[in-house]
Amino acid sequence: MAKVEQKGHTLSRERLVDFLRELLLIRRFEEKVEERFRAGDLSGFLHVSLGQEAIAVGVCRALDGSDVVASTHRAHAHALALGMHPNELMAELYGKVEGCSRGYGGSMHLYDVARGLIGSNAVVGGGLPSITGSALAFKLRGEPRVAVAFLGDGATNIGTFHESLNLAQLWGVPAVFVCENNGYAESTPAWQQLPITDLAKRAVAFGMHSITVDGQDVEAVYHAAQRAMKHARDGKGPVFLLANTHRLTGHYVGDPQVYRSREELREARETQDPLEKLRARLELPGEEWDELEHEVAVLVQASVDFALNGTDPRPEDALENVYA
Amino acid sequence: MVTMTYREAVRDAMAQAMRADPDVFVMGEDIAEMGGSMGVTQGMLEEFGPERVRNTPISEMAIVGAGIGAAMQGMRPIVEIMYEDFTTLAMEQIVNQAAKHRYMSGGQLSVPLTIRTQGGAGWSPGAQHAQQVEAWFCHVPGLKVVYPSTPADARALLWSSIYDDNCVLFFEHRLLYPLKGEVPDELEPLELGSARVHREGEDVTVVAIGRLVHEALKAAEAAEAEGISVEVLDPRTLLPLDEDALVRSVRKTSRCVVAHEAVVRMGFGAEIAAVVQERAFDHLDAPVERVGAKFCPVPFAPVMEQWVVPHMEDVLAAIRRTVGRE
Ligand SMILES: Cc1ncc(C[n+]2csc(CCOP(=O)(O)OP(=O)(O)O)c2C)c(N)n1
Repeated sequence: MAKVEQKGHTLSRERLVDFLRELLLIRRFEEKVEERFRAGDLSGFLHVSLGQEAIAVGVCRALDGSDVVASTHRAHAHALALGMHPNELMAELYGKVEGCSRGYGGSMHLYDVARGLIGSNAVVGGGLPSITGSALAFKLRGEPRVAVAFLGDGATNIGTFHESLNLAQLWGVPAVFVCENNGYAESTPAWQQLPITDLAKRAVAFGMHSITVDGQDVEAVYHAAQRAMKHARDGKGPVFLLANTHRLTGHYVGDPQVYRSREELREARETQDPLEKLRARLELPGEEWDELEHEVAVLVQASVDFALNGTDPRPEDALENVYA
Repeated sequence: MVTMTYREAVRDAMAQAMRADPDVFVMGEDIAEMGGSMGVTQGMLEEFGPERVRNTPISEMAIVGAGIGAAMQGMRPIVEIMYEDFTTLAMEQIVNQAAKHRYMSGGQLSVPLTIRTQGGAGWSPGAQHAQQVEAWFCHVPGLKVVYPSTPADARALLWSSIYDDNCVLFFEHRLLYPLKGEVPDELEPLELGSARVHREGEDVTVVAIGRLVHEALKAAEAAEAEGISVEVLDPRTLLPLDEDALVRSVRKTSRCVVAHEAVVRMGFGAEIAAVVQERAFDHLDAPVERVGAKFCPVPFAPVMEQWVVPHMEDVLAAIRRTVGRE
């Protein structure tokens, strides 16, 4: 297999096609989620990752099987990239027993402990301290594992962000904080919530190593994440991995986005789509693309069928699992 | 009288206060361009500008704390916390700072801050977006806690909260926002700590708050058809509590059911039951019945969520139980 030669681009075509398949799976899954929500199938509060898929894929592909991840309200992509089967994810969104959280969690509370997902969080910044703590446990036990938190740019304004990064650096624990900087916190643009433009400075304030990467370039994210994991795993302390990205849809499914112009959104969609970028770079022949599309469409549709055929919890199951 | 939704009533109280008084302003997450995640502050940015309708970063502790600071300087800020689940992030500032400055300063300072928030189950957002936490704050001397159930009460009580010299936690229920009701043409303030009897009855008093007021009213209709006459009383303000109205009603009916969406265990209903037994024991013909959520976090799956939180049927069942006692 020929390598795609470009600065920082060293992965084989085969590997990249594999990344592309994963990006496409997430994309089509998220579009299906939007569709099923609009059709009235899904309840609750749904946040999709359209435009941010490359961060999920690039980071999760750089993990070892024993690493752990805490995610956010925008968690579907992370779960899928960690290897969760689309069936389990869709079943959770439908509130079924076969779902990854057995119907107790929902979209914002995905768990898959076997694959390292120790919870996605509906409280902004809610998972960050537990990543510092998980990394502390790895350090204390001498285990070569890394604890990874995903967070948004908005989350860098909450207290737990500052307290968790400070503690992680102070104790030199193997944690990686992956900031998906999409320039918005719900409706609030960066200029209304952040007095600085370079968020890496926030890590600098704690003396933490930071890496900034183009979050729309899955290979660049992958390499950066590999470096970050190695740094942490080698005992050199935590890393702040800043991935600049674009949210190519609303904050939540149904968001009318009154706070940003159609132009801005259209331009981002046309120029900042990580899937299209990789597809163009690979110059994938039409047939090969169609094959990928087909493969993914089958998986996604199967996940809906699986969820629809799933089992509703018994109401009284609500009282289970409250205590260990 | 004019007709308004609960949402409009809340907005109207803020807007009227802000028109009349430059010391009143609002801050919170996504309250400006977006008009708040529930649309409550829609249009306010246009009318009052970004200095007085302040979009904030996601920093609950700091925005509540900043509200406390501005209030200490004599302003009357309104802080919106997007979901009541997130008041937990500001708990320290609310409980140790806002509630105690007046006391610790021997009366030199006061904190006329209003914290508006909303929440509740019924739409399956999962365990971190569907709690009812109003009772937590009732355990803190120095705070006031308001929870209106109708547009008229929401508008009047919010105005009174803004002009109260203490920190007031003002709870709104997500499912009540579209509710329409009549409100007086002129805004008339309402004393914090006055209950409202929504419906008079002879056999049993249902004390309900928030969404459960409406479930209780439906249950009362149904009970009526069975020949049971139900009085529905909404305290409206949980702290201070209108004990006299409560006791008066129970002395009359001799039975009491208390209903809220929050979990029953250690809840607001327990306090109601205690007050009733202290002050109306000799009038009681049956133990006080409590209606509320079952003791678990609010689950995601709709079938479980609906089972966990109380509905009209649960109130009706409690009414029947208490009337059925010898
Ligand atoms: C503590 C807390 N405050 C407010 C919210 C409501 N909320 C949900 S997502 C969000 C914006 C998050 O922005 P960011 O961290 O940048 O992540 P993004 O949504 O862009 O992925 C807000 C304010 C919340 N979930 N938790």
